[in-house]
Order: sequence, then C-alpha cells, then structure tokens
Amino acid sequence: MNILISNANDKPIYEQIYTQIRNQILAGDLQPGQALPSIRALAKDLRVSVITTKRAYEELEKAGYLYTIPAKGSYVAEKNTQLIREAYLTQIEEHMTQILSLATSCGLSLEELVEMLRLLCQDNQ
Amino acid sequence: MNAIDCRDLTKSYQDFTLDHITFSLPTGCILGLVGENGAGKSTTLKLLMNALSRDKGTVSLLGSDNKSPTFLQTKQDIGVVLDDACLPEVITPQELGKLMALTYIHWNQAQYEHYLDRFAIPRKKQFKNFSRGMKMKLAIAAALSHEAKLLLLDEATSGLDPMIRDEVLDVFNDFTRDEDHTVVFSSHIVSDLEKICDYIAFLHKGKLILFEEKDRLLEEYALIKLSPQQLAELDPDALVGVKENPYGAEALVCRAQIPTDFIPEHTSLEDIILFLAKDQELPQ
Repeated sequence: MNILISNANDKPIYEQIYTQIRNQILAGDLQPGQALPSIRALAKDLRVSVITTKRAYEELEKAGYLYTIPAKGSYVAEKNTQLIREAYLTQIEEHMTQILSLATSCGLSLEELVEMLRLLCQDNQ
Repeated sequence: MNAIDCRDLTKSYQDFTLDHITFSLPTGCILGLVGENGAGKSTTLKLLMNALSRDKGTVSLLGSDNKSPTFLQTKQDIGVVLDDACLPEVITPQELGKLMALTYIHWNQAQYEHYLDRFAIPRKKQFKNFSRGMKMKLAIAAALSHEAKLLLLDEATSGLDPMIRDEVLDVFNDFTRDEDHTVVFSSHIVSDLEKICDYIAFLHKGKLILFEEKDRLLEEYALIKLSPQQLAELDPDALVGVKENPYGAEALVCRAQIPTDFIPEHTSLEDIILFLAKDQELPQ
C-alpha cells in the first residue's frame, strides 16, 4: 500500500489518506479481505496523529470500503467495491452522455472529442 | 482511560498564578505544551508530578491521584525529564545505570544500553563534562528505560541539534506505538510539536488558552492575505488575529468563514499559535 502525504496539498491529511486508500481499493491494488495496518501503526509510520488515521478509517468504514473487527483490525470490505465501481461507471456514462449532447450541438466530431480527452489525460499526468 | 486528568489546577506565587488549568489526556496520545517563557509550562509539569504542592484542584496520573499514598507506586510508571537534567556532577552514564537499577523496579538495562548507543553517549564520561544536548539525551535515555507508561518532558528537545531532535521525536513516536503509552512534552519549537503531537495545549500567562486536537486546529484556522479594504469588509466574527502593514494585511480566520474569493495560504501551527497569542494581548 502506498500513501503519500503532501503538506503543500490543501486537503486535510485525513482526506489524503482516505482518498489514497479508497483509490487503491477501487483499483484492486488492495484486495477484499486484505488486512490494513492498524490505526496506530499507520499513524506512527506516517508520523501523523492517531486521531487523523482514526478519522480516515472511520470515513472509509462509513463509506463501506472497509470493515473493522474489534481488537483484530480493519479489512478491505468484500462486496461493496464492485458496487462502487458500478456506481462510478454509471456516473461516467451520464457525464459522457452530456458531453455527447454538447458536442452535437456545436458540431464536434468524435475524433475531436477523443483528441480532447487524450490531451486532458496528458495534462493530468 | 485517561493518562492525565487535571481539574482546576491552581498555584499562586507572588507574581504569577497558574490559573484553574483543566484538561484530560487520553492514553496513547502525545500532548505538546506550548507557551512563552514564564507561561507556566514547567510549573504545570511539576504540579502534575506533585513536585510542587498545588493550592487547589485535583490531578490524577494513570488513574491515581498524585497526592494519594499509592502515587509512589505510580511514579514507577512515569518517566520524567526536567528542563535541566538534575544529576550528580561526577556520575557517569554507566554508574547512572546501576543507580537507576536500584531505584526502579522495572529498570531495563538492555534498553538503556540501546539508547546510550543510539544517542552516542559515552559511557565513562562524567556528567559535568557533558554538553547540554548530551545531558538531555542521557536524561531521556534514563527516562525511557524503566518501562514507563507516561513520559513527562520539559523542554527536552531544546538545545539539541536538528538531527538528534528528529531522532528524539522518532523515539517518542515509536514509544506511543503502544496504546498504553502517553507522552507530554513542552517545547518552544512549534515545528517539533506539529510533527508528532496529537493534542496541543497552549499556556499563556498562567492560563490554559487552548487544549485541542492538533488536526482540528489546522483544519479550523487559515491564514489569508488581503487588502485594507477587504479587511474592513471581513466579518469580525470570522477574524481571529490580524497583522497589518501599509500595503495590506495578513489575517488568521476561521476556515469555514473565509469569503469564497480567497485562497488560504499554507498555514502552520506556528502561525496559528502566534496569532492566538497576539489575540490574547489585546484588551478584551
């Protein structure tokens, strides 16, 4: 598991941890059932407050990405990841439909759209 | 359980009063105590250990009242490092180890040796010939070697070079990997506190101005730069502190109430403390 905390980032630290763990779960880098480091160990390794990691885990649990067994630890949740991925796909499809309708109204071709997306991708990298 | 429960702790001197200090610190946390010289940090730490007798209030450490007869037992579980390490002039680290083995039931010689090596402390040098930094390191090594559950440190990192300071912070950090372990340390070096603390307590002229989770502080406040006109338009409730110059101003504001067109600066704990301290100076 990789977690990089940036102080230059505007986002609060707990949110940075939240997002990075979530993304790794969604990407399949963290498998369902896999044990996550304990709240305390993660805090000490990252040199952040225990309160921070606790909050990140709580939010992840609330959103259904992980579950906690008292006195044992936290694990990546099983079924939800598939559902969440589906939800993301649906969202992407909705956005794409909007893009298509906008593109048609200003006469943009599919090639031009693809080119735009490619440029955006490069910028993001 | 709370490692420290402190209620209405009060101590008066002719020219200084530590005024109704109340806070609770959960176990497994690191508390940073900040405040200007003479704010009452050392007094507070001494009162916690009952090295000074309080005028009023209650203090309990690791669940035991510090004036009860059983507190002597509890003291075995508390490691203390005071501002100046008060050790005999002619003692050597090696001898100190023997002395401590007689003092503490759970003295761990191997642990002590480990820290002597880690901090590169010569074993056979007399204490009076130590530099300030080395004295501090020796005191920290001793405090960490009797299986303490609570560490109280007064200015333990000041006078140390940045590398050793970082190392000492690492040691504190590792120490609290065990959720029964708690650290309280006072420091002027706010960046040290920002690195590892879970809670921040801010003392000012004998009063506890603030006791808060560090993250919440960083989340709650933000620094923005603005022109004098913008400053005049700003909601006074949102404003915590302000530094003005002829061309503009720097203001600490509640993050939630920042007007939408401002982008907050990178705000450090030091900024927040400085502004809050300044805020206290103003006549209320």
